[in-house]
Amino acid sequence: MSETKPYRIRGATGDWEVVIGMEVHAQVISNSKLFSGAATAFGAEPNAQVSLVDAAMPGMLPVINGECVRQAVKTGLALGAQINKWSRFDRKNYFYADLPQGYQISQFQYPVVGEGTITLDLEGDRTKEVGIERIHLEQDAGKSIHDQNPTRSYVDLNRSGVALMEIVGKPDLRSPEEAGAYLKKLRTILRYIGTCDGNMEEGSMRADVNVSVRRPGEGLGTRCEIKNVNSVRFVMAAIEYEARRQVDIIEDGGTITQETRLFDNVKFETRSLRSKEEAHDYRYFPDPDLLPLEFDDAFIEECRASLPELPDAKKARFANELGLSEYNASVLTTEKEIADYFEALLAEAAKAQNKPLAEVARPASNWVTSDLFGALNKLGKSIEESPISPAQGAELISLIADGTLSGRLAKDVFEIMLETGKGAAAIVEERGLKQVSDTGAIEAVIAKVLADNADSVEAYRGGKDKLFGFFVGQTMKAMGGKANPAVVNDLLKKALNG
Amino acid sequence: MAVDEKTVRRIAHLARIKLDDADVEPMMKELNGILNWVEQLSEVNTDGVEPMTSVVAQKMRWREDVVSDGNIQEDVLKNAPEAQFGFYAVPKVIE
Amino acid sequence: MATELTDLTVAQMRDGLKAKSFSAVELTQAHISAVEAARELNAFIVETPELALEQAKAADAAIAAGNAGPLAGIPLGIKDLFATKGVQTTAASKILEGFVPTYESTVSGNLLRDGAVTLGKLNLDQFAMGSSNETSAFGNVLNPYRGPNGEHLVPGGSSGGSSSAVAARIVAAATGTDTGGSIRQPAAFTGISGIKPTYGRCSRWGVVAFASSLDQAGPMARTIEDCAILLKSMCGFDPKDSTSLDLPVPDFEKALTGDVRGLKIGIPKEYRVDGMPAEIEKLWQQGMDWLKAAGAEIVEISLPHTKYALPTYYIVAPAEASSNLARYDGVRYGQRVAPENASLIDMYEATRAAGFGHEVKRRIMIGTYVLSAGYYDAYYVKAQRLRTLIAQDFEKAYQQCDVILTPTAPSAAFAFGSKSDDPLAMYLNDVFTVPASLAGLPALSVPAGVDADGLPLGLHLIGRKLDEETVLKVGHVIEQAAQFSAKPEKWWVK
Ligand SMILES: [Mg+2]
Ligand SMILES: [Zn+2]
Repeated sequence: MSETKPYRIRGATGDWEVVIGMEVHAQVISNSKLFSGAATAFGAEPNAQVSLVDAAMPGMLPVINGECVRQAVKTGLALGAQINKWSRFDRKNYFYADLPQGYQISQFQYPVVGEGTITLDLEGDRTKEVGIERIHLEQDAGKSIHDQNPTRSYVDLNRSGVALMEIVGKPDLRSPEEAGAYLKKLRTILRYIGTCDGNMEEGSMRADVNVSVRRPGEGLGTRCEIKNVNSVRFVMAAIEYEARRQVDIIEDGGTITQETRLFDNVKFETRSLRSKEEAHDYRYFPDPDLLPLEFDDAFIEECRASLPELPDAKKARFANELGLSEYNASVLTTEKEIADYFEALLAEAAKAQNKPLAEVARPASNWVTSDLFGALNKLGKSIEESPISPAQGAELISLIADGTLSGRLAKDVFEIMLETGKGAAAIVEERGLKQVSDTGAIEAVIAKVLADNADSVEAYRGGKDKLFGFFVGQTMKAMGGKANPAVVNDLLKKALNG
Repeated sequence: MAVDEKTVRRIAHLARIKLDDADVEPMMKELNGILNWVEQLSEVNTDGVEPMTSVVAQKMRWREDVVSDGNIQEDVLKNAPEAQFGFYAVPKVIE
Repeated sequence: MATELTDLTVAQMRDGLKAKSFSAVELTQAHISAVEAARELNAFIVETPELALEQAKAADAAIAAGNAGPLAGIPLGIKDLFATKGVQTTAASKILEGFVPTYESTVSGNLLRDGAVTLGKLNLDQFAMGSSNETSAFGNVLNPYRGPNGEHLVPGGSSGGSSSAVAARIVAAATGTDTGGSIRQPAAFTGISGIKPTYGRCSRWGVVAFASSLDQAGPMARTIEDCAILLKSMCGFDPKDSTSLDLPVPDFEKALTGDVRGLKIGIPKEYRVDGMPAEIEKLWQQGMDWLKAAGAEIVEISLPHTKYALPTYYIVAPAEASSNLARYDGVRYGQRVAPENASLIDMYEATRAAGFGHEVKRRIMIGTYVLSAGYYDAYYVKAQRLRTLIAQDFEKAYQQCDVILTPTAPSAAFAFGSKSDDPLAMYLNDVFTVPASLAGLPALSVPAGVDADGLPLGLHLIGRKLDEETVLKVGHVIEQAAQFSAKPEKWWVK
């Protein structure tokens, strides 16, 4: 971990440090809601995915979805957190149009997951450990739509009762970059383990960002909470704006009022949410409709066993065991889908070449991160939509490894694969793109090239070493690019020097 | 612990019950009567006594994660005082 | 013929239907006529005669086909706290006026499953908050028994419509709900029986919630046997209620053996409260004597935290209620009151101010206050700790006895308005019934005598958790011994 300069806000009176803590609401992946059997899918007709429980009809009662518990425990385990075998649901009481019960069922006093940590990946291969305070399960609210009617707001309860994990981070973050890295890493982990799809546009992950400023080394300042920020970029921008705002106030002799603020993602500024400022008193108390949430060690172990290899472990393995560069190891593990693709391709390639994984891994990783990513980028496709399957990619790089294709030919073949969807070997066969390594054929061409360029041969032998590349180029050109470059090099050296 | 008129108004607002000015004082008196009466609980030493949240000595059952409900928009909206286009309609909320 | 049919017990109706002495339609028609004739009692909020006749026809068909359920053709009244599919359900509150559920509560659904006929929805104290049925938005229910000067008396509460209808013989039996005594006290006030089973025996799904950790449904009927018959149908595990007990339902009728020999009957000394009327004291002693004569043993026990049960209850129940009643906001069902250009908050406040009655508002206010920041520990958590101590008192007592005998209520039925200005005096009605509610124990009231004015008085039995059978057995023995024969005069039939 290399040290870099800490992030500071330069004020008129000196430097300021920003202190950030985030509460992330992550929608749990489950078929049905936390306490009802209604579906959770995004984008249904208004109030179609609503049960009588979600609409808080008189006499309706909650019954917990075991899968949501499993997902929260898996998330806790992935963050190395304390798992609480006994936890409890409380009611958080407040009135709002999209809160049909008049309370949210949440976990206030006894959350299902306690303290854990998360390792941030920062610029320049730096990392930083950040604390997780707790994770609790709670119900999502419905949605109010305010712009459809001049005098009415419309309420859709489809989201009402969907399970959320509220992941409460410790105030360990010290810059917008760290905050961005925190959110990204959290998203990566949740997506790896399949407990949240991390889709911030659809609201599957929302961050409440607590920001305060202080003189470096001094006690904590008064914080403001910026609610419901829904992208990494906005989180970073909101912090930057908010920290500057606070510094300006303090330097002008003012004080910060603790309040809830909103990030305006058009103006890129935060503003006070006065309408919600009215004194809250949530009157939490244990929900008498539910019993304590209890499970045993066997359940925790079952959850642990179901976890895939986590991104940090995978990255370390890619670097240490497969010998990938830090960069490739990092890029290939940011998304589970990418890592899965790479590992599938690697397995196929090792099998085709009958070599251990470690021997095949470097060229495979280079091909994925440069050739494949370049092509996907151009096509605007994600790895899951890749037109080239891992097996097809493995076939291609194996043809390079066994000398059938030169690097240049391989690029041509890859282009054709993208266009036609055909396999590499078939394309090589069909189009006669096989690399020529036959010394007799190459020697004949070299002889002709040297004869045709006697002047240059003279000059080379007189000491103009740089002309070697010219002879390589001429030979390759004469052979339609199909000559094995290593063989051409060898034979040319012999012919010119010998 | 006695409540004053200000507290009565605050509690009424928290509970979203409109209290006419004339009702504040009588309500205050009633609440104080009850609160004074329940005050007797403080005579009892409850140190180390667990608070009871449920009389049910049973582990909470978990539901299977299957979609078994919903798709009853008509039922959900049937009793609504005001519904439009499949939504509940309420006085406009200014955020 | 008609009046005779309405006099039968549920067990007698069941036998008569089976023997085809009369049809379910005849039986139902007799009750429909009785209901119509007794409108002055105001026991019903909604009458459903057409529905009842349809159900009766179906019952007759099932009886003829030999596949009738255990309650086929028995005409019941349903407390208007149970959601009934297609029939207005109000909890006796303006705020739910016009609400027609699209669903049937589990308990009323169980009764329908077993073939019962439902005559309509019975009046109650608003949201089951009250002990006299004076808080209903649909008017007072009259006790079929009147005072010495012909004055009207309360039927008890909150299940006052149920108690009045059963006592007046306009329904064979009724459902009730009991949060702090709402089945037992009105049963005592009207000379009928009622049992609140162990918390969790009856599903709360579809029952308008008052205080979730206390609410339990139960039957109200004219005999213990009838209570046993109904209870069996009403109980049962319900996966839709997380607090429902996943246990088999005993055949409660079989428990009525008449044999109480060797049973230890606990008499809690703390229930000898100051100012208990001599008649009640005497009845209590009478109960002990009957049981002793039947071979049971009387043992004095102590429930030291008894005096704290009521104040504990009046923190816990309003706290839960304040949250449970937050859903009545004028958005999804029921009444909405929105002044011109009202904001959402204005609408909430106006709707709830107009929709809830005074007692309901008072309890919401108390409940909101005891949960609010700074008071939660001093009131709510303190009350929960007392609740633990009260439950422990019972556990200790049951090491010495099998069932506890007390009076059901500290007085007989009283006149309208006599306590409604003084909430604390009203709350005292539940002094004997609340402890069992806090501990979640089964308890029943059985009519055991009358006072000097001929008004019914009840005795109260509290059992061990899940031991409804002993409670019913002992209640049955008291019933046999008491030979309670008072019957209200049908002054409402003009
Ligand atoms: Mg939060
Ligand atoms: Zn939350």
